[in-house]
Amino acid sequence: MLELKHICFGAEGKEILHDVNLKLEDGKFVVVTGPNGGGKSTLAKIIAGIEKPTSGQIFLNGEEITEWGITERARAGISFAFQQPVRFKGVTVKDLITLASGTKNLTTAAACEYLSAVGLCAKDYIHREVNASLSGGELKRIEIATVLARKTQVSLFDEPEAGIDLWSFQNLINVFEKMHAETRGAIMIISHQERILNIADRIVVISKGTVEKEGPKEEILPGLFGGVTGGCRGMQEVKVNG
Amino acid sequence: MDEMVKKLMREVSDVQIQPGEAYNIRNNGKSEARFSTENIRIVSKEDVSGLDIYIKPFTKHESVHIPALITTEGIDEVVYNDFHIGEGADVVIVAGCGINNCGCKDSIHAGIHRFFLGKDSKVLYLEKHIGEGDGTGERIINPETHVEAGPGSYMEMNTVQLGGVDSTKRVSSATLAEGATLIIKEKIMTHGKQTAETSFDVVLEGADSSAQLVSRSVAKEQSKQLFRSSITGNNACYGHSECDAIIMDEASVAAQPEIYANHVDASLIHEAAIGKIAGEQLMKLMTLGLTEAEAEEQIINGFLK
Repeated sequence: MLELKHICFGAEGKEILHDVNLKLEDGKFVVVTGPNGGGKSTLAKIIAGIEKPTSGQIFLNGEEITEWGITERARAGISFAFQQPVRFKGVTVKDLITLASGTKNLTTAAACEYLSAVGLCAKDYIHREVNASLSGGELKRIEIATVLARKTQVSLFDEPEAGIDLWSFQNLINVFEKMHAETRGAIMIISHQERILNIADRIVVISKGTVEKEGPKEEILPGLFGGVTGGCRGMQEVKVNG
Repeated sequence: MDEMVKKLMREVSDVQIQPGEAYNIRNNGKSEARFSTENIRIVSKEDVSGLDIYIKPFTKHESVHIPALITTEGIDEVVYNDFHIGEGADVVIVAGCGINNCGCKDSIHAGIHRFFLGKDSKVLYLEKHIGEGDGTGERIINPETHVEAGPGSYMEMNTVQLGGVDSTKRVSSATLAEGATLIIKEKIMTHGKQTAETSFDVVLEGADSSAQLVSRSVAKEQSKQLFRSSITGNNACYGHSECDAIIMDEASVAAQPEIYANHVDASLIHEAAIGKIAGEQLMKLMTLGLTEAEAEEQIINGFLK
């Protein structure tokens, strides 16, 4: 289990997160939502070790990891899919998935499975470079595939649906549903999409740097979308009352 | 042939000599071994040090290897090798220079290679430069490559120098006839106080000729790199040069591209980019469990792959 206690974070004199308390239990699928600029991405970066909290503590399976760096946390079992995936000249999709898997000689067939899982025709992509020739949507899916390949205890996804077309979006939902069914770890997804919120066990609403609401999907979701479920609307369209 | 020579030979070429293939092995200024085939004839020049390599017209799928090695200090040589590629031939030429200098005097190799490509011939030219040895004497390699590409000919040149050479001045020039194609891919890494200068001068003389120059380099520590390229289009043609460099530590890199169009249908492009490794690239690989140093190594290896 991953636990955040009294996390605060500020930058350039501005408070971005204030006294955030959160538990990500193993086997649970948690969707973090809320208005843009509310601190959701910062929270994910703090968990991954990319940002250091100004105060508060982080525990993984009871051990404090607040001072651990990115690498240590990754090795301890935390994965993070970036909102804006990074491009690498010369590094192929297979190279990246192999690095993610932690296996030196990942077979092409095994690497292709992860790509197929995110809706990419594996043979068209496996040997391509992760460079500017790939579209934003393709990069997002490859980014998700790297997290699938890691198979860690905690998987964080920062707006995985952004830049993904509708057909792929359905595929993405299937990916997360499958992950949810199979994983023994915790999944945390930052998302505005109702269909992703719909497959959550728990929903956390972060607004103005604090946890505004947190609870089981059945309790939180109706309040977010006026009781309508099953659609494909985005949170951007809905004002979250503070 | 002693072990050091064999080891250096393996290092200067990623493609080893296969039985039945033509070769000339040069070590410390002398030809140590040579083998010509029915289609590829290797002949010593009489006026200067070097070789004439004659490839018969329509020779297909054959290779010739001409490694030049220096395994001692104080050598200063200029070698002239001319490649005469017959019409319709399709061959691989593996060159490369390795200097192992454990002494205090500099060792210098200047290899001046000229290619005369016959009509519709095709050449893959692989060139690798290696410097090693713990002596204070410098390892200096100054290669020159000059190409006269006949009508419809095709040449791809892959040149690699990944550290160990203290100073290099690489000069390449080419003139392309109608329908000829030239592709040059260069990979360079410098470190310490090394210097590397690259200069390409390509003239697209014939209609529908094309050239692509791609240079990728990494400059570490206090090393210095200079990339110069000039493409001139005198006909309906296509020319593209691309210089991409990663700069690290206290290194310096300069790119000086020039393109000259002397024909309304000449299409010439230059791209140049110099920058450090992006922090986000390091971060992404660290979230996969790599240390910062491992991430940096992966990024550089990929970039120069």
